[in-house]
Amino acid sequence: MSKAVNALELKNVGKQFGSVIALQGISIEVAPASVTCVLGDNGAGKSTLIKILSGVHKQSSGEFNVEGKPAVFESPRDALANGIATVFQDLATIPLMSVWRNFFLGNEIRSGFGPFKWLNVSKMKQIAKTELLAMGIDLRDVNQPIGTLSGGERQSVAIARSVYFGAKVLILDEPTSALGVRQSGIVLKYVLAAKDRGVSVVFITHNPHHAYLVGDRFYLLNRGKLLNAFERKNVQLEELTKAMAGGAELETLTHEINVVRSK
Amino acid sequence: MTQASLVDERVKKASLITKILRRPEFGAFLGAIAIFILFATTDTTGNFAQLGGISGWTDIAAPIGIIGISVALLMIAGEFDLSTGVLVGTTGLLIGMLVTEFNMNIWLAILCAFIFAGTIGFINGYVVVKTKLPSFIVTLATFFILKGANFAYTKFVTGSVRVTGTDKAEGFDLAEAIFASKFGEANFQIALIWWIGITVIATFVLTRTRFGNWIFAAGGDANAARNAGVPVDKTKIMLFVYTALSAALVGTMFVLRLKGMQAGQGVGQEFYYIIAAAVGGTLLTGGAGSAIGASLGALIMGMAYIGIPYSRWDSDWTATFLGVILFTAVMINTYIGRKAKGGKK
Repeated sequence: MSKAVNALELKNVGKQFGSVIALQGISIEVAPASVTCVLGDNGAGKSTLIKILSGVHKQSSGEFNVEGKPAVFESPRDALANGIATVFQDLATIPLMSVWRNFFLGNEIRSGFGPFKWLNVSKMKQIAKTELLAMGIDLRDVNQPIGTLSGGERQSVAIARSVYFGAKVLILDEPTSALGVRQSGIVLKYVLAAKDRGVSVVFITHNPHHAYLVGDRFYLLNRGKLLNAFERKNVQLEELTKAMAGGAELETLTHEINVVRSK
Repeated sequence: MTQASLVDERVKKASLITKILRRPEFGAFLGAIAIFILFATTDTTGNFAQLGGISGWTDIAAPIGIIGISVALLMIAGEFDLSTGVLVGTTGLLIGMLVTEFNMNIWLAILCAFIFAGTIGFINGYVVVKTKLPSFIVTLATFFILKGANFAYTKFVTGSVRVTGTDKAEGFDLAEAIFASKFGEANFQIALIWWIGITVIATFVLTRTRFGNWIFAAGGDANAARNAGVPVDKTKIMLFVYTALSAALVGTMFVLRLKGMQAGQGVGQEFYYIIAAAVGGTLLTGGAGSAIGASLGALIMGMAYIGIPYSRWDSDWTATFLGVILFTAVMINTYIGRKAKGGKK
């Protein structure tokens, strides 16, 4: 890895909710223009980690640095202002609103003067169309409600939107978990397209196959702790899958199932 | 990156008809034409489609439309307001009492009424946003609180259940000219001009401003809107203030026109505003609707109120007729909406 300042860095971060320890001793480095995968099963603490990175929660202990400087986020808006955009699984777009309105939601382009400002509709439609095309999403009609697009396309529009609005770090929350094989493929392609544009992607998933296709570095989370960390050059898919499934646990399970099947 | 494989051959180009069908007010537009034809043909006075008749039904429709639009915008943002009807009475009574009992200038009284209404709207919105209780319950409570207060306070101050004699107030003539005068040979109410103006402005705000975008987003999916940086709570509170202010506008119009006000004025009217919005294609779950739709809904109600007696039907059936229209309109709107979206959720 290059010596460039990390886009994001967690040092020994912990998070407690009352007496519940959600995260403990998490250290993660996100290099610039790379794809960092955070893998974990349900309850591993992925959601809490996303919420810390995106400014929803503050860590209870440890350091959180953005480009080498300590991050002080009071809200997701602060994180967004620092170039950290999060695409949530099902909460990224508004189904009944058109594609272009979704694309520009919260970042509307306006013309006018003083307090009298109105939307520059034609410009926004045109930019939405060309930007989506640049990411490889070809829509005939940006006026159609985004709910009429497939799940993969909707995720892709959300990614394209974050990239266009200058996200330096893109946090993707299980972007492929609700999608079929082909749709997942589409989303993974946009993950790489975003990386090519210099964006650091944090890809949170429980699917080692998807992670292995795009990831440069992998962190394994289990029960709120960092279980393992791999560089791409040092790891094979089998190893990742096995580590992810908890190695020994999977062997025990395989044995048990074989016993059941042999009856 | 291969382009060809990414083009979805199943996406059809939206035709002009689909575009028209996609407009939320399309159903209400058809409905308004149908109701007009119905009453124009069954009319026994020969007056319904004349200027005099039009002046009559727009007189009924204008106040419903003025508040109905604000209620529609609030419903698009995903919230209800049941306190609008009673607030018409509250603001009218407030203006009446301030000028008759405290000899206040009518303009100052109107200003006080708007500030009072704005405060009620703000409280409604703030409580809904902070407690996360359903707005249906919060504004229902406001409705009953104000309903009781209207009677109790009016009796306490005036000794009766009504306020009279507001026309003796200082500044009344100009205020009447602006809020409650008539124009044209057929005696059109000035409220009609206010209503048309508000329809145009509300349509512009809803479809061509950032705030309008936020209204749709807040009602469409509040969480996704927040994630995109939309100030959902602020948007909702502002709309609660807007519905309350539009009630104050209508209250001002009534108290000037009637030169007084009954303590029970406006109670029960809140449902008419919601009917106008729903008939106009506003989704009750939020996220879709239009201002023009609400105005068309109000127009349909105005036509029914005048058309039923003109056709010599028993006007006791008016509410029943409106109920049938509400149900039919929402059915048709839902059906058209599904068709236009292409069958997906």
